[in-house]
Amino acid sequence: MTAHEQHYHDPANVTNPEHSEHHIVSPVQYSMVFGALLLGTLLTVLAADVDLGAMNPVIALGIASTKAVIVILFFMHVKYQSHLIKMTVACGFFTFLVLITLTLSDYVSRAWGLW
Amino acid sequence: MDNSIVTTEPLMPRETAVHEEHEHVFIPQHRHHFETEEQQREAGSFGMWLFLLTEIMFFGGLFFAYLLYRNWYYDAFVPASNFLSVTLGGTNTAILITSGFFMALAVWAAEVRKKQFLVIALILTTLFGLAFISIKYVEWHDEWVHRHVPGASFDISEFVSPKAHGITDQKPISPDMAEHCQIFFFLYFAMTGMHALHMIIGIGLLVWLILRAQRGDFSAGYVAPIENFGLYWHFVDIVWLFLFPLLYLINRHPLK
Amino acid sequence: MSATSTTILNLPDQTTAAIPKKNYISSEHGLLSWLLTGDHKRIAMLYLISITFFFFIGGAFAGLIRLELLTPQPDLVASDTYNKFFTMHGIIMVFLFLVPSVPATLGNFLIPIMLGARDLAFPKINLLSWYLYLAGGTLTLAALVLGGVDTGWTFTTPLSTHYLNTHVVTTASAIFVAGFSSIFTGLNFIVTIHRMRCPGMTWFRMPLFVWSHYAASILMVLGTPVLAISLTLVGLERLVGIGVFDPTKGGDPLLFQHLFWFYSHPAVYIMILPGMGVISEVVSTFSRKRVFGYTAVAFSSVAIALFGFFVWEHHMFIMGVSNYSALVFSLLSMLVAVPSAIKIFNWSFTLQKGSITFETPMLYAFGFMGLFTIGGLTGIFLAALGMDIQLTETYFIVAHFHFVMVGGMLMAFLSGVHFWWPKMTGRMYPESLSKLAAVVTFIGFILTFMPQFIVGYLGMPRRYHAYPPEYQVLNVLSTAGATVLGVGYMLPILYLAWSLKYGAIAGNNPWQATGLEWQIQSPPLTENFTEIPVMDHEAYDYEWLEHKTQNEVTTVG
Repeated sequence: MTAHEQHYHDPANVTNPEHSEHHIVSPVQYSMVFGALLLGTLLTVLAADVDLGAMNPVIALGIASTKAVIVILFFMHVKYQSHLIKMTVACGFFTFLVLITLTLSDYVSRAWGLW
Repeated sequence: MDNSIVTTEPLMPRETAVHEEHEHVFIPQHRHHFETEEQQREAGSFGMWLFLLTEIMFFGGLFFAYLLYRNWYYDAFVPASNFLSVTLGGTNTAILITSGFFMALAVWAAEVRKKQFLVIALILTTLFGLAFISIKYVEWHDEWVHRHVPGASFDISEFVSPKAHGITDQKPISPDMAEHCQIFFFLYFAMTGMHALHMIIGIGLLVWLILRAQRGDFSAGYVAPIENFGLYWHFVDIVWLFLFPLLYLINRHPLK
Repeated sequence: MSATSTTILNLPDQTTAAIPKKNYISSEHGLLSWLLTGDHKRIAMLYLISITFFFFIGGAFAGLIRLELLTPQPDLVASDTYNKFFTMHGIIMVFLFLVPSVPATLGNFLIPIMLGARDLAFPKINLLSWYLYLAGGTLTLAALVLGGVDTGWTFTTPLSTHYLNTHVVTTASAIFVAGFSSIFTGLNFIVTIHRMRCPGMTWFRMPLFVWSHYAASILMVLGTPVLAISLTLVGLERLVGIGVFDPTKGGDPLLFQHLFWFYSHPAVYIMILPGMGVISEVVSTFSRKRVFGYTAVAFSSVAIALFGFFVWEHHMFIMGVSNYSALVFSLLSMLVAVPSAIKIFNWSFTLQKGSITFETPMLYAFGFMGLFTIGGLTGIFLAALGMDIQLTETYFIVAHFHFVMVGGMLMAFLSGVHFWWPKMTGRMYPESLSKLAAVVTFIGFILTFMPQFIVGYLGMPRRYHAYPPEYQVLNVLSTAGATVLGVGYMLPILYLAWSLKYGAIAGNNPWQATGLEWQIQSPPLTENFTEIPVMDHEAYDYEWLEHKTQNEVTTVG
């Protein structure tokens, strides 16, 4: 970096209204998450072997979602991130749900026929 | 100064006392258009998250297709899904979680500037990633042998008459319904294939990161590439966490 | 400013003025310094050149279409060639012109400057996005040269997957690649707007141009991947016959429609929102007033982006979707009219009691407001279920979206290009010739597309190269209009190129506008600002500007 470039860099020039500290997650925490994920995998396999009717996919998806949330919060550090990142993640899942629900609105009601 | 909009003339330096808590660090990787290293890091991580949003929507289309056809052709999806091996799939899930764990440790090692630990963790991440791909390859090969790959060579006989193929724990289904097993297998190949493609790209990036880590690039406070790659790698994990129950565990107790 | 002034144009004394020696164009020389640049302004210029190139290719196809439709008989080209014409016209205009038009050129150039930043957050990704655009464009041209494609720009299955043997896969991959270019542009904008604002630049001090790009970027990032996956599936369906969209194998062709329109309806907001941003800037500057209801206009951009995801099924009302679902989507589609109308009303109130002057950008902006309003109102016809069944697949639709896309977006694009031309190049375009071009464009446009509303209402279907003789008068009018329109688009190319060398020196702020981009030299320095500015006033604060010029020491040079 040249001297000329350096003179105009100034931390006061950063507009950063909601700044989050750079949090370091400890290996102990990572290990606990790791254990929880393996446990979840075992649970989901066991749960699939039991006939629970309509509850089977619900449980499978519930466990998968829990695991995903754990990964997002700890492995991906979202728990310690700014509101911006949290909102971004939420925004992604919201749009995904819009895609699913509004498309399903067609498929679910198609069989109802004409009114 | 009644206004501070700068014209072409350089103006007087402004007071900089306002944000004293920000440390004024310069790292060699600092790019000129960012004011601080922190701004650069946060921009990078935010950009990575936005990229992951596009990935959610990309896989989202496939997940919706899965949801639709699973409901329409549940009777075909069950036997088709039961042909997949839970053992291999479950092992792979564990392998991928382990790989993700080492990736998380790598991020930690970069943050606390432990170079040797970082390199080892990245190598382990890569190895477990490769193990996942290898097992995946074995599974795909199995489906190829059983002619379950969608296309002209797709064969429904194992679903129509499982007994004739030595399969005792599956109910036979009608040929019409069995045709729809092809949709399951297409979705299976598309989703696991797209997922594996992301892993292969990731492994390529990992090799590059290992070389740079070995050079010491990430042990002096510059950790953004490791952190951002970590986000990508964990996202690929998450996709698999959903793929495993959806593809392998639709109904594992059909004869009850 | 006196009430009688007819222009706010304020050029420096031409005998002494000169282009600043040091600027982003002169800072480096040679082709490589452009092809490997990280400077958002240079990338914007690269984009400007490339999208202009594709605009004229797409325009040439439009000309051929209108020429064929001059007579009722299919006498110029065979029917499948005609199909290839309108497909190529649609694909090039939608994916290679309209989607990147304002964001990738004006947005790229201006957003960092408007925010008081030195560059976009990721300059290399910005450059990558241009190369991806070029790759997409090259693939499209390859499909064209190899023999064309005749699916229509919508790739409707099973037509695209089972009944055609033209270059569908090549074109689909072209759009896939170009889609990533658009994703990267949008991603860059969002990060820049969140993370690179200068001190004092709060969200509600940002120019509305930035707000509308923010909204459009959200759509690019969240919508485009769904298009990518749907086109991937079309490609796979063709190559290996996967059956996801094939009814004979149990697939549902409507699934493709859902996925495709999940992107392609928001895509029209990707196209129009940045144009609306241009209009906000132009209307404010040439009325010398703050945009009326700044907050409402800002939020209406975000509302359009949000609602944009809730309405896609109105493209599918006649395709056998559920009646109940269609009812919901019909209602939701009409909701989009609310934020759009908020914008039009607010611009009108901005004009009220303003000191209006009629420079070229303002003429184009007036064109936008009128034509977009007509396009928007006819959109309500089409959102209404019963009306839509009657009008879908007729020329009424064609006229409707051309009013919005061409009458709206292209007018806004030209308005913006004229408005910021002095900033981008440091030189003015010829004033009276450009006013002529604006008027010619407007007249040509009305003449081209008004008859199409009528002929569509009478029942002429779109996408056919022959029609009953009783429609000929209206079609001749339309083709005549297209000729005028063509002249209207050729003129700016010629005089803008001319002005690069012979235009008057523009100075820093020829329009006496308030935006940050007007407070720096024209053309700007590579690093935009010698020192990062501090924003201490609202956007469009003309009083601040007056005080500023009062205290300003002369800054020519």
